[in-house]
Amino acid sequence: MKIHEYQAKELLAKYNVPVPNGVLVDSKSKAAAAAKKVGTVVTVVKAQIHAGGRGKGGGVKLAKSPKEAETHAGKILGMTLVTPQTGPEGMLVKKVLIEEGMDIAQELYLSIVIDREISRSLIIASAAGGMEIEEIAESTPEKIIKEPIDPIEGVQPYLARKICFALGLSKEAMKPAIPFIINLYKAFQAEDCDMLEINPLVVTRDHRVLALDAKVNIDDNALGRHPATVAYRDINEEDPTEVEAGKYNLNFIKLDGNIGCMVNGAGLAMATMDIIKHSGGEPANFLDVGGGANEEMIENAFRILLADPNVKALFINIFGGILRCDILANGVVNASRKLDVNVPIVIRMEGTNMEEGHRILKESGLNFVVGDGMKDAARKVVKAIK
Amino acid sequence: MSILVDENTRLIVQGITGREGLFHAEQCKKYGTNLVGGVTPNKGGQTVIGDVPVFNTVKEAAQKTKANATMIFVPPAFAADAILEAANAKIELIICIAEGIPVHDMVTVYRGLQNSGSRLVGPNCPGVISPGKCKIGIMPAHIHKKGNVGIISRSGTLTYEAVGQLTALGIGQSTCVGIGGDPIIGSRYIDILELFQKDRGTKAICMIGEIGGSAEEEAAEYIKKHVTKPVVGFIAGQTAPPGRRMGHAGAIISGGQGTAESKMKVMKKCGIKVCKSPADLGKTIAKCL
Repeated sequence: MKIHEYQAKELLAKYNVPVPNGVLVDSKSKAAAAAKKVGTVVTVVKAQIHAGGRGKGGGVKLAKSPKEAETHAGKILGMTLVTPQTGPEGMLVKKVLIEEGMDIAQELYLSIVIDREISRSLIIASAAGGMEIEEIAESTPEKIIKEPIDPIEGVQPYLARKICFALGLSKEAMKPAIPFIINLYKAFQAEDCDMLEINPLVVTRDHRVLALDAKVNIDDNALGRHPATVAYRDINEEDPTEVEAGKYNLNFIKLDGNIGCMVNGAGLAMATMDIIKHSGGEPANFLDVGGGANEEMIENAFRILLADPNVKALFINIFGGILRCDILANGVVNASRKLDVNVPIVIRMEGTNMEEGHRILKESGLNFVVGDGMKDAARKVVKAIK
Repeated sequence: MSILVDENTRLIVQGITGREGLFHAEQCKKYGTNLVGGVTPNKGGQTVIGDVPVFNTVKEAAQKTKANATMIFVPPAFAADAILEAANAKIELIICIAEGIPVHDMVTVYRGLQNSGSRLVGPNCPGVISPGKCKIGIMPAHIHKKGNVGIISRSGTLTYEAVGQLTALGIGQSTCVGIGGDPIIGSRYIDILELFQKDRGTKAICMIGEIGGSAEEEAAEYIKKHVTKPVVGFIAGQTAPPGRRMGHAGAIISGGQGTAESKMKVMKKCGIKVCKSPADLGKTIAKCL
């Protein structure tokens, strides 16, 4: 789960990771008062959306007075911010964070990720702060510091010290930087983050160390043990169809094509998208109904697929294991009748109770196209829309 | 021959009294797997599925039944604990089906299993089957056929797809191993490839991957150096958008890394016969035999 910068900073502050003072506002009229409350002469007005690169799109502005903060807030709130990470459609800004300005001496990069190669958490640091880590990796890979963390040890002072020396921090900056790194890992672990990025991490002229920006992703699988974090979810930032699908435990991702797909299993669902493309079509979505799908889930899946006006045909690809083909067939027949489907439906069905499933489809009298294997079905669905 | 599981496997099921655990334990037993017991804390002393004894701890089950394998069917929040309990009881093979284990739990498990002598397969996987001998998992048994093709896959239904194509062509399988769709898993491709290379009953290997991480690239380099048997591969997610998790927690292209294209390129370079279409897996393998 992605969370906003202001939420990430709230979370980090709980673990004594220093962050700048800031006030969140959702309207222009509150901005000047917020800037006064923050207290510094210079403040920063920052758009709160679930995407990085906000500065490049004009979503981060420096204000030299509360009046100017208000002007900036007025411009940023309500704008559709386009950044390298939002895609060309951009994202609507509903909230801005007004933060104290910093007298910055040094900008660094620091993140913690779960590294699947070593099956451990990994601290990544670089003296080239403010740049995207991918850019740093591209241009100066030798400047990237990587330190794996033994889950039993956690981050001990020696490890934090090692990183500080590698970053070339001054003696004065190192003093606050060591507990910063130790506490950051504590937050990463205790809050079940699967990614935590501080970019930039700043050292001020008076030798303070703060997280100027913070990007945090929480492991969806761990949300059950973090009820307070669940409240951070902002569904305004998510695709409405995906939110709807999530309510029915359907794993759905919207794509740009016109062939709606319903598949059981994530791997097969991806492979189905692939084979549609190889057959000359474009998938409209990824949808995994899972192994335990019932009739109700199938009906909901149909409704979600058909709500997309781009969808001109449906492709159902099921390899029945636990999910039996007869149950699937009944679900498809009932959903087609109930929802009055008027696009062609191509079904490929194999595995448990497949004969029974095919009989149900045939006897329904509905006009299903049955595919013999994945390739044949993919070809038929592409043909159906042409 | 086969790898990991066969006639000598003595299986217990952790979480055997739960709905799913009981159902699949029974299915495995029906297939002919030697199911010797189950574990559910505070349910010890009962019997299920006829005369299968239930124990309170894995340790007790291992001592009384001489079990050498366990299948874990507990809710994801408790699965990491169940894996570590099995390792603590020195169970040689731990197969974890559960999907949705928090990744930080798996970091702890992975560390806990180092030097433990136990091998973990999964989590988030369909399990392992050596057709005609032993099934530990949730795969539909009837699509399999005894034979000499070894299958390794990160995906459940896509494995069934490959098995289905092979069986339809009259080609059987030595062992099918679902290694799981999570970012942190117990056994990787290379661990299983090593076993298939050594197994005299395996003549060809089918390796099914997907986007995310670099396990397939790592496996391809390993194959180039150590595997003499023909390997056929497929990568799911050639059309997946970057930055999105495609169902599996591990199936994500991040920072331009882990794309199907780059995986297929490395695999081809290392001598693997890569199928662009998942529908071609069966016939491509047939040509290798």
